[in-house]
Amino acid sequence: MPDRVIRDKRVENDLFQVLGLEGDVPAELPHGPILVPLATWKARRAELAARREPAGVWLRPDEDPAELAQDVASLHVIGVHFPKWGDGRGFSTGTLLRGRYDYRGELRAFGDLGRDHLLHLTRCGFDVVKLGARHDPEKALAAFDEFSVLYQGAIDEPLPLFRRRVANVL
Amino acid sequence: MYRYDAYDQKIVDERVAQFRDQTRRFLAGELSEDEFRPLRLRNGLYIQRHAPMLRVAVPYGLLASRQLRMLARVSRQYDRGYGHFSTRQNMQFNWPKLEDVPDILADLATVQMHAIQTSGNCVRNITTDHFAGVAPDEIVDPRPFAEILRQWSTFHPEFNWLPRKFKIAFNGAREDRTALLFHDIGLELVRDAAGEVGFRVYVGGGMGRTPIVGSLIREFLPWRHMMTYVESILRVYNRYGRRDNIWKARIKILVKSLGPEQFAREVEEDWAFAADSPAILTDAELDRVAAHFTAPAYEALAAPDDEYVRARSSNPAFARWAERNVHAHRVPGYAAVTLSLKKTGVPPGDVTTEQMELIADLADRYSFGELRVSHEQNVILADVRERDLLAVWQAAKSQGLATPNIGLLTNIISCPGGDFCSLANAKSIPIAEAIQRRFDDLDYLHDIGELDLNISGCMNSCGHHHVGHIGILGVDKQGSEWYQVSIGGRQGREAALGQVIGPSFAAADMPDVVSTLIETYLDHRHDDELFVDTVQRLGIVPFKTRVYGGLKEHAHA
Repeated sequence: MPDRVIRDKRVENDLFQVLGLEGDVPAELPHGPILVPLATWKARRAELAARREPAGVWLRPDEDPAELAQDVASLHVIGVHFPKWGDGRGFSTGTLLRGRYDYRGELRAFGDLGRDHLLHLTRCGFDVVKLGARHDPEKALAAFDEFSVLYQGAIDEPLPLFRRRVANVL
Repeated sequence: MYRYDAYDQKIVDERVAQFRDQTRRFLAGELSEDEFRPLRLRNGLYIQRHAPMLRVAVPYGLLASRQLRMLARVSRQYDRGYGHFSTRQNMQFNWPKLEDVPDILADLATVQMHAIQTSGNCVRNITTDHFAGVAPDEIVDPRPFAEILRQWSTFHPEFNWLPRKFKIAFNGAREDRTALLFHDIGLELVRDAAGEVGFRVYVGGGMGRTPIVGSLIREFLPWRHMMTYVESILRVYNRYGRRDNIWKARIKILVKSLGPEQFAREVEEDWAFAADSPAILTDAELDRVAAHFTAPAYEALAAPDDEYVRARSSNPAFARWAERNVHAHRVPGYAAVTLSLKKTGVPPGDVTTEQMELIADLADRYSFGELRVSHEQNVILADVRERDLLAVWQAAKSQGLATPNIGLLTNIISCPGGDFCSLANAKSIPIAEAIQRRFDDLDYLHDIGELDLNISGCMNSCGHHHVGHIGILGVDKQGSEWYQVSIGGRQGREAALGQVIGPSFAAADMPDVVSTLIETYLDHRHDDELFVDTVQRLGIVPFKTRVYGGLKEHAHA
């Protein structure tokens, strides 16, 4: 059965496999779209680039997105793993990939994530989110309607409210 | 003070709805206990020993009378007729029901209040000088900056899941009344040679298990870059702060392990990318927010006021209160007043519904409808005419709010301790009370002079025991409660950490221990020397020798 992910505020089926999360990356890569660890990406770059099916790289929370600075123009998918509910490093990873390294491709978040991370992930530049297994992505969509106004600028809206504020108008 | 516009109100209203739904999902089993915990903490809700504890934000300690009346109403309707002011200038309710909390928050939102980020691993309530705007020694009013940074930090998407809690303080005065050097970030407002306003930036201070004085990482940060620079500090911390061990997760540990110079380099490197960030503050925004903090309509008054001078000379009790609880004001004929929440027999910082209502009335009648909460857990009326001081004193006295002990030993700073808090190793409140009873004689108390006594029920040090001239820490030894004593700590510009005098004591010994420390001081002090100065001059040995000489048989190894 395909996974279900949230993309552009909708739930859709998804076929991406994350390799190397549990166990090693196999010598022979499986069919279908894949995400490989940073080390695999570096070691097998030519093989991955020549592949016909989609292939991207995923980062652990302690991996520096600067390592991909030279690749952002050629990469179509980057994933960021959130291993624990309270581990917020990936929010900085996303912000840096989008804001500092100008990455324009697909940015995926996956791991121990729920509805209450969703809005912040979107604000930090993630456009595809796979929630933890026990969270219903359909119900989670409500998170996008929780706030109609926020103070600070972020990837989704770089201008902070103070540059957009109009007196007594909302 | 700052008044919400439609945007601010909408954000708080939407937060109430979001939390209501989070509570519903938890009660319906859609969120596990472990998942709900960080979500409820981000809204100030702890599950405590007896009931949930709700911590309501009082941004930089500033309250309007109508807000205090709402807190009074909440304490009557949902709690047991009182609330507690914390050392973070917030208000805590100890007895609300979980299912009532969304309604409490909805009530608070009607007076522009909330519980946003009063706990959890995110940027907490931002604190500042309780005399901001009125202190004669103020260089720059910190309140507009504190409000702007409050807004910036509210639901910051990148920094909502930090390794650990994060506390920021501002000081804009010559004297530091904010414990600035014990914050994750301390921002000191200064002017450069050209008169331009900016910040001296300190990071990595803190109390807790590993007390550290903050390090200066930038001598002058122009005010427009306040948010971009704080963002860089938080990004370095978010990425590299330890997450494997809760006791090593604060930014102070990262700053210590990298060294302040290296930490500063990392921050500057990140900040170099923010040269044209839209987060750079504008004149228009500073002006907009600063316009909320303009001086009230002061009258032109003669100073000192004749009636006030007469009352002081004819009424010794009033004079004693005026000496301790009335503070200088930058405007002639006005004064700031501390209403003491440190009456013997009442837990430090506790305030009843009736007292809150009286304080709100006093604020309306005598102080332009505003008041402040100090990090020493008292309430300040910042703008009282000298000629009204006698009336304020009489009214405060009627509700037990006029104990003349500000700056003195019985003005004890204490956390709620083991009576309420599930983290505590030991009780704090009964220790505070026993010490207050021992020093209930006002003449003796005034003779001892200025002395900060701080009590924490555990290493989290909510009672700031590390910086008490006398600090008391509750410790657990084989399941029983003991108290470790340190002396020589102090806050302010000469910030220092207290030194532990030796093995800990049983609760029953604590009044004697404090008495012996005081007697030692009185025997050795030079003229006009404070307790803490005597400790600094002599070291801890004479104190230690006398305390353990008398108490050896009780002291616990």
